[in-house]
Amino acid sequence: MSAVIETRPADVLVTERTVKNYLTEGRTLRSWLLTTDHKRIGILYLYSILIFFAIAAAAAALIRAELITPQGDLVTSETYNKLFTVHGVLMVWFFLIPSIPAVLGNFVIPMMIGARDVAFPKLNLLSWYLFNAGGLLALYSIIFGGVDTGWTFYTPYSSAFSNSHVVSMAAGVFVAGFGSILTGLNFIITVHTMRAPGLRWHRLPLFIWSLYSTSVILVLATPVLAITLALMALERIWHLGLFDPKLGGDPVLFQHLFWFYSHPAVYIMILPGMAVVSETITCFARKKIFGYYFVAYSSVAIAILGFLVWGHHMFVTSQSVYAGFTFSLLSFLVSVPSGVKVFNWTATLHRGSISLQTPMLYALGFIGLFVIGGLTGLFLAALATDVHLSDTYFIVAHFHYVMVGGMVTAFMGGLHYWWPKITGRMYPEKLGQLAALITYIGFNLTFFPQFIMGYLGMPRRYHAYPGEFQIYHVLSSAGASILGVGYLLPVCYFIWSLKHGKKAPPNPWNATGLEWQTPSPPPKHNFEHIPVVTGPPYQYSAEAEEELQHA
Amino acid sequence: MNFPIFPPQGSAFAHRVDHLYFALVAFSLAMILLILLPMIYFLFKYRRGKKANRREPRIPEVTIEITWISIPLLLMVGLYAWGADLYFHEQRPPSNALEINVIGKQWMWKTQHPEGNREINELHVPLGRTVKLTLASQDVIHSFFLPAFRIKKDVIPGYYTTEWFQATRLGTFHIFCAEYCGTHHSGMIGKVVVMDPAEYERWLSAGRPTTSLVQEGEKRFRELGCSGCHMGSSVIRAPPLEGVFGKPVPLQTGGTTIADEGYIRDSILLPNSQIVAGYQPVMPSFQGHVTEEEVLELVAYIKSLGSRPPSESLGSRIEEQR
Repeated sequence: MSAVIETRPADVLVTERTVKNYLTEGRTLRSWLLTTDHKRIGILYLYSILIFFAIAAAAAALIRAELITPQGDLVTSETYNKLFTVHGVLMVWFFLIPSIPAVLGNFVIPMMIGARDVAFPKLNLLSWYLFNAGGLLALYSIIFGGVDTGWTFYTPYSSAFSNSHVVSMAAGVFVAGFGSILTGLNFIITVHTMRAPGLRWHRLPLFIWSLYSTSVILVLATPVLAITLALMALERIWHLGLFDPKLGGDPVLFQHLFWFYSHPAVYIMILPGMAVVSETITCFARKKIFGYYFVAYSSVAIAILGFLVWGHHMFVTSQSVYAGFTFSLLSFLVSVPSGVKVFNWTATLHRGSISLQTPMLYALGFIGLFVIGGLTGLFLAALATDVHLSDTYFIVAHFHYVMVGGMVTAFMGGLHYWWPKITGRMYPEKLGQLAALITYIGFNLTFFPQFIMGYLGMPRRYHAYPGEFQIYHVLSSAGASILGVGYLLPVCYFIWSLKHGKKAPPNPWNATGLEWQTPSPPPKHNFEHIPVVTGPPYQYSAEAEEELQHA
Repeated sequence: MNFPIFPPQGSAFAHRVDHLYFALVAFSLAMILLILLPMIYFLFKYRRGKKANRREPRIPEVTIEITWISIPLLLMVGLYAWGADLYFHEQRPPSNALEINVIGKQWMWKTQHPEGNREINELHVPLGRTVKLTLASQDVIHSFFLPAFRIKKDVIPGYYTTEWFQATRLGTFHIFCAEYCGTHHSGMIGKVVVMDPAEYERWLSAGRPTTSLVQEGEKRFRELGCSGCHMGSSVIRAPPLEGVFGKPVPLQTGGTTIADEGYIRDSILLPNSQIVAGYQPVMPSFQGHVTEEEVLELVAYIKSLGSRPPSESLGSRIEEQR
């Protein structure tokens, strides 16, 4: 971003030496737990979601271990069902949804728009407490017996049949949801009111466009989830008869309500990934983004269309054929803006000066995996193939390609990209590249076989299965162990880098975003002087970069 | 270890779904190549430090955007229509099908043949004959998935759903429950056995019980006391049931409803939800007194009454409504 900063470079150096940065500003636990600094809150979120990720990943490891043999021989059916429920609930609500928005978004949004904090710093802290309160309820449900409904809580199983901690788990998701709503609200208002002088909407980095769209979904969709889960819990406690056919209710009504939230939520779990990729592709190709307006408005289009496709989860529930036609067509349409982004990223590489550092490897990995995740979505948008594929491993593979191959890959990329800004230290580059490669290989080996076994007919959520599917389960479990290494390695070297990493300069990647105009790590209020923005984002020059290289 | 890559094609419809699947695979591969080949080429050609022309190109951006939006969009509309067409076909069971009832309950499948034969976790069907399944659930949502025929339909408590197929290949194929239904969900599997029609007849008669489904329903009809009000010269006025099935029924609230299987089921379990015009809501609910299997027997019996001439009183009332 071509920004004119009021401070001269010399001032920056002075600032670094004399003024405390946000990490050294108060070292007590209290100073962290009562902080209103958006950067610290981002770090608090990072700690919280890593704990949930670890638990959910452990559940996944047990699931994959169980599925190596066709017989259900490692854990009982009850345990197996609780494992995939824990995995789903924690990964979706306590890792993926807060991952990029609450960690990276909190950290960089204010800096990217040249602000000193978010619009409501105290509300921001409250979001984190709500999130953790919900998380504790979820942990309580898991520790004191678990839940066996699957993350989807389908009625009437959840409301009338399951003998597990359904209500406390739903309460956990309900409470955490308010954290999401407040975060979304905070981001929307921050972007509207706190942009630096000259930072017009069409000069905003694409990261902001994407996270703005995400925030709109968070604010509009999450209340529906809260209502839906509340109705389910009330039905379970007081037998209201909303979903119970014996009392004249309709169990499929729950699915409509649930997916009215949860399909937009899928876009909460991918738009922020796209946000990171737009930043890193441009930076490491040294190119202005190709088709800025198309990439920016495709985020808005996804946010809007995402609300109109929930019915594609119900093609086999005897929903009206004509409703099926409509939802199928809209589901095809929602793939268009995603395609636009991918095409534009590829075109951005044209005539670039491409360096394959870790964040770029993750961005390229994101594109490779997201393309497969997106295209296999068309198999599920098409009515006749969806009938065969729904509730099989094909679906499992599809959404893991989007959510893990897409979102988690982007999250890792973003974490590496902003790590120097967050900690003031560089991570070890070679190990970073290695981890990105291991993740990519492990991921494909884990989830690609699941497409094949899905078309073969292997249903999801099966504790035991017919022997003909075994080969694919073995491949998948082998891949999962590689994937595990790919995720553990960065944890190790990130921790190592906190002490031993090279000191990071303010702008190690020579990136143009405003966040790089601050020292690493930034001072508490980010900017000594609020920057003034004079031009569009991503003013990179591949030619200049090459000259620099040859000089 | 087995290495299958493709499920058996048990019906002509399965072939048709597979063609769409292949088209989607081809479309996906084309898109992947279209995106990844240039990407990989750029990665090599424009690696930092490598000599290449890097001048900002003059490109008609909007034209390019419109091109790569509209071409895939047109192809996708084609794929959409293809999928929708097959789905429409799949959702309309042809008439004159062999009708078999399937009841899902935690954690087994029960089937009822019209001849009275019953099976558990198995479904025997004749080759080449259209088979229409009426699906009912005793408890939670299940899903009756026949991968060899590429069909699946949720089995939902509270109403009947249907699916149909016409097997074109002899053999034994999987039945899976595809909707998570609790502890032993993965044990809710079975097999569908496609037999030569003559062999199917032999199989039917070998296991045939003394009473057919309709006769079983008639017995039930008397035992539960339905006949007391609904038959002939009863004291209490209840709608007669002869000639009713498949016809419009005038309702107390105005309008009519078609007396299909679902309507009969509702009338037995939730009798106050749709009262026939001119009658008092005096019928007790049989909720909890009859299983889904028994309801299906009653439905079969009342269906069989449908071919009898309508009793005069109801027929004239329908006329009056018109």
